[in-house]
Amino acid sequence: MLNFSVFVGQRMASKVVYSPRDPMLKKRDDFEDVLEERRRSSDLRYALRCYTPVLYKGLTPCKASELKTMVLGSDQLHYVVNQVSRESGVSVDEVQAEASVILEEMAQRLQLSTIRFFAFTLSKVFKAMFRSICVNEEGLQRLQQVIQEHPVVLLPSHRSYMDFLLMSYILYTYDLPLPVIAAGMDFMGMKVVGEMLRMSGAFFIRRSFGGDKLYWAVFSEYVKTMLRNGFAPLEFFLEGTRSRTAKSLTPKLGLLNIAMDPFLKGEVFDVSLVPVSISYERVLEETLYARELLGVPKPKESTSGLFKARRVLSEDYGSIHVYFGPPVSVRSLAEGRVNRSQFSLVPRHIPMRPSEDVHGFVNDAAYRLVRAQEDNMVLKPWVLLASLLLQNQAAGKNQGVPLGELIQQAVWLRDLCRQFGAFLHWPDHVPPSEVVSSSLSLHSGLVRVSEDRVFLALEQGPPCSLTAEEELLSQAVVVLSCASYRNQVLHVFLRPALLASAIHTASSSQKQDVYNNFLFLRNMFSNEFILCPGAAVQDFEEACYLLTKSGALHVNQHEVLATERGHRTLAFLTGVLDPFLQGYQLVCRFLCEDATEALTERRFVPAVREFIIKHLLKGRLRYPEVLSSDLQRNALAALLRLGAVQKVQGGEEPGALKVNRVMVNSLEDTLGGRLSTQKALRAHL
Amino acid sequence: MASSSCGGGSDRQMAAQHRLSIIAGHLQRPSGSNTAILAAECKAQASKPFVSSERRTVPRRRQEIMKWNGWGYSDSKFVYNKKGQAEFTGRRYKLSGMIIPGLKDWMENTFGATLQHKTTATPALNSSAVPPPTLNEAFMEELKSTGIPFSADAEDRVFRAHGHCLHEIFALREGKIGRVPDMVVWPNCHNDVVKIVELACKHNVCLIPYGGGTSVSSALECPPEESRSIVSLDTSQMNRILWIDEKNLTAHVEAGIIGQDLENLLNESGYCTGHEPDSMEFSSLGGWVATRASGMKKNIYGNIEDLVIHIKMVTPQGVIEKSCQGPRMSTGPDIHHFIMGSEGTLGVITEVTMKIRPVPEYQKYGSVVFPNFEQGVACLREVARQRCAPASIRLMDNEQFKFGHALKPQVSSIFTSFLDGLKKFYITKFKGFDPNRLCVATLLFEGDREKVLQHEKQVYDIAAKFGGLAAGEDNGQRGYMLTFVIAYLRDLGMDYYVIGESFETSVPWDRVLDICRNVKARIVYECKDKGVQFPPLSTCRVTQTYDAGACVYFYFAFNYRGLGDPVHVYEQVEHAAREEILANGGSLSHHHGALRLSALLSGTDAVANVWPGSW
Repeated sequence: MLNFSVFVGQRMASKVVYSPRDPMLKKRDDFEDVLEERRRSSDLRYALRCYTPVLYKGLTPCKASELKTMVLGSDQLHYVVNQVSRESGVSVDEVQAEASVILEEMAQRLQLSTIRFFAFTLSKVFKAMFRSICVNEEGLQRLQQVIQEHPVVLLPSHRSYMDFLLMSYILYTYDLPLPVIAAGMDFMGMKVVGEMLRMSGAFFIRRSFGGDKLYWAVFSEYVKTMLRNGFAPLEFFLEGTRSRTAKSLTPKLGLLNIAMDPFLKGEVFDVSLVPVSISYERVLEETLYARELLGVPKPKESTSGLFKARRVLSEDYGSIHVYFGPPVSVRSLAEGRVNRSQFSLVPRHIPMRPSEDVHGFVNDAAYRLVRAQEDNMVLKPWVLLASLLLQNQAAGKNQGVPLGELIQQAVWLRDLCRQFGAFLHWPDHVPPSEVVSSSLSLHSGLVRVSEDRVFLALEQGPPCSLTAEEELLSQAVVVLSCASYRNQVLHVFLRPALLASAIHTASSSQKQDVYNNFLFLRNMFSNEFILCPGAAVQDFEEACYLLTKSGALHVNQHEVLATERGHRTLAFLTGVLDPFLQGYQLVCRFLCEDATEALTERRFVPAVREFIIKHLLKGRLRYPEVLSSDLQRNALAALLRLGAVQKVQGGEEPGALKVNRVMVNSLEDTLGGRLSTQKALRAHL
Repeated sequence: MASSSCGGGSDRQMAAQHRLSIIAGHLQRPSGSNTAILAAECKAQASKPFVSSERRTVPRRRQEIMKWNGWGYSDSKFVYNKKGQAEFTGRRYKLSGMIIPGLKDWMENTFGATLQHKTTATPALNSSAVPPPTLNEAFMEELKSTGIPFSADAEDRVFRAHGHCLHEIFALREGKIGRVPDMVVWPNCHNDVVKIVELACKHNVCLIPYGGGTSVSSALECPPEESRSIVSLDTSQMNRILWIDEKNLTAHVEAGIIGQDLENLLNESGYCTGHEPDSMEFSSLGGWVATRASGMKKNIYGNIEDLVIHIKMVTPQGVIEKSCQGPRMSTGPDIHHFIMGSEGTLGVITEVTMKIRPVPEYQKYGSVVFPNFEQGVACLREVARQRCAPASIRLMDNEQFKFGHALKPQVSSIFTSFLDGLKKFYITKFKGFDPNRLCVATLLFEGDREKVLQHEKQVYDIAAKFGGLAAGEDNGQRGYMLTFVIAYLRDLGMDYYVIGESFETSVPWDRVLDICRNVKARIVYECKDKGVQFPPLSTCRVTQTYDAGACVYFYFAFNYRGLGDPVHVYEQVEHAAREEILANGGSLSHHHGALRLSALLSGTDAVANVWPGSW
């Protein structure tokens, strides 16, 4: 049965007091445009200039090739090689040779000449594509400091292939050591480019190597060797892959675990984690991502494909903002959290599964770091416009919004955003009308302005040649692209929006009722958004604080009351969450109504998509963005987590799904506000 | 079957109970213990001690020869002379009367401690500052009748109220005196102790055993909230060797004897114990047993637990001792193992039988320079692996090497200084050692001349494999000499706003380098964090090697100018450093004992639970 005891356990009484930090007062650094200098002086001289980065003080200088020898000769690897040899009956030498092959496939070959080549070509490319690349120099100064003190791990957000090229480019520009970058194996498909990337510091890891002990040993030892020796800053993406939706993804813990290990085992004094937020005014892959989410598989990376993409060079992609956040010391994170002496009872070269508390610690740290990335993500005015346009669109205003109204709404939303502490980059010295129109023109592929009305560019190509379904999908591409911009601002609104929706569906204004609803929604959406595990109370308090501060709510000891002037804010916020609420409900309905016995995990997305398309065509659903396979997968993950759907072990087909219809049904009703969380609770206990 | 096995079970139970009752019997006081304690002559005094020499270093009134607020003898200390050069006074040590030209610069460069900034300690003990004693009249009356000497004199009491922890000495220098013992008694023999303990039990008086007063674990500190009378039981007059057994090579000694007296007296008969902790000038045999001491030459002679054959301890429940002197037993848990390390909380150790060895024929010092600490540790590990460690082998890190250098006395002849210069040139220029990275191992070999030379060659050959260069006997010898004067240096530091202390750990071999780096870095980090204005001295040395690990000694000191509560800052940093040691797989202590530290381990205030006064 549905287990609501989690919610009950979180008594209001036991909550910790949320200390309101005023987000408005959060000091953020100023930006410098790195392209400005490039537009003024020779790119060649820049590429060939004297490059002498500061180095880690404990560095034992060694070449990339020496690293391999160290890894292959390490106790850690020897142990696993012997183990694998014993278990598989293959001779030690052969296993060792296999390890050597794995390492060969993986290892980077960082060399300065390739960097110089990239410095030159990327200068040309960047200048052609972007108006500016803005970087917070203070962040780089902090980074420079910390690089000398401790091994550094760079953790950029991942929205585009550009990310790591951009990172290395900036570090080269500021005379900082170039990172070694964990990259997915898929790049290896591009022969020339793959090798180029390898020589600029990328090392390649397979996407999945589940039970392969040897692979894991080679990989983790390789990464740790580079960290311990301070060979170069390590760079990887906490999110594991590019986010197709521009929402931050649930962090992956594998590499973070490895990166923290040398500290936890006392092999280094500390490790510094530097979250980096990269935000693009226009993402290169915008429609590509939308197609992918709609079920058109992503094109396999190939060198020739890259050349076809040449036309992107002629387009305007606006500006990029890169914010290097304050370094986070693993030592201070672990202070009072992890008892490091647990690692002194087993020789350190024997691989061990992380204990419960270490796993929890790494997980919390990962969420904190992703939150830090979100916090420092620069938001462009366009993300506000996208949010507004999507809501207008859903409200059935297919005839578009008058420009004047949009500007007025945008200014209102700008102010709300700022109150919520968003890192909004809205040029205040420019009149709002100009800000809006310049944003609109940059995204002319997604939005049209005619007769002073603003539309989403839904009608594309000759309408007659398409079936209704094809037309719907082509519209969805635009909506999903827009949604990916709206998603950039979601983290600002998320907690207040959860609260607004909780108030909306609550049976009373009693704080306890609202809180229960809040908990339910938060729990439901914790696969969809970055919600730190165990921080429900803080999130609730933060949401109350922000909405009280903006005058939308009045919160006292027992009640949460919407104010008169708060209506607009609350309506906007519920509107932000509504597509997700509807989407999750529809997934539930699909599982109750349409799911057959033969449903498997693999068949889930196509089946649910078909179901949703039917609903959209019949006009029962206003949000084409529900077609996003990301949303569908997250919904399924949430239902699996809650036990409403179960994976059948050892069935005829792998990944067969068993649906608990009663439970799914009641979840759907609760999401739709037709069943209060209290009643749901009673019904299922 | 079933019933028989059941019966067997109960048989075993009965046997176990029987054993327990026998063990309990050992702990029972003899029946009729309530009878009045009679004054009786000491047995030890009646029978003539085996070794008759009456020369003893420590008198009953310690104040006659010792400092009241610093380390060691009153006449020996570091001072800056009129020329502003450092000098070591007195005539007791090799370094005495010598000028140490490098020390002043080293103090300035390392700590920023200059001659201009001096703190002056309270010059003399002000008896009126000492709280009046809480005397237990009944106890005193009965004690008087036993004829055991005692005193309630303020100086006597203050001298026994502290060990040599930083906070204890710092407070004394400031003239601050907290709770001190109310009385001092000087038992003369085992029986005296038995009487004192019985009287204490009878009259509800606290006893704190006092040996050499060199404790660095706060074991001598009186609990300030204690309202009962606290009596310090000073064993310093129980300092005889009662017999020497040359057939079995053992000596039976009273526990109050201090290290140097024990060694000197045994030497007269051609023997030694070989137990040489750094504090051996002042620390006592009973103290070694109570804290599980370790000696510098443990590689040949063993640590205290290897040296002790038999212990006699007086507890409130009676005297506990083994019934024989066999070299090994398998009769249940070894009672020695709860006596050793009990730090005076379970009873007073009165007599100990120890192993002795003939005085070695030949001794030779040596030293090796390594290009860096990592190589040095690798060499020590190899030496331990081959089990060929000399009597002592110690590896100092670069900071300590520099410190040792700064303590070089002025050389008299141009020839020696020329040779020194040549050596330095050879090592840094010719061999390419970085003077800011190189480190030194000091060595001491002991035994037959021939074997020593052979052994020496073996060790130097290993060292060479790790890039080590032999650096002469002088350097080695000076290294060991310094361990005796280094404690005096803390007093000089305190005159110039520098406070510091050492602490030690034992750690598996694979963690030695990591623990050294991390603990040193943690100290620097914490000092900065706690607002220390000057960079601290944070240094270590590997002082003992074992099969499975090593003992590491950390020194840490800083200039506290500008700090409101330097001792508190010091303690916070030290606490953090110990936490770091534990996190890196080190032990809380290798040989100093851990009375005040056990809270770190258990999370409870262990000190309060086992305080000696709670008998």
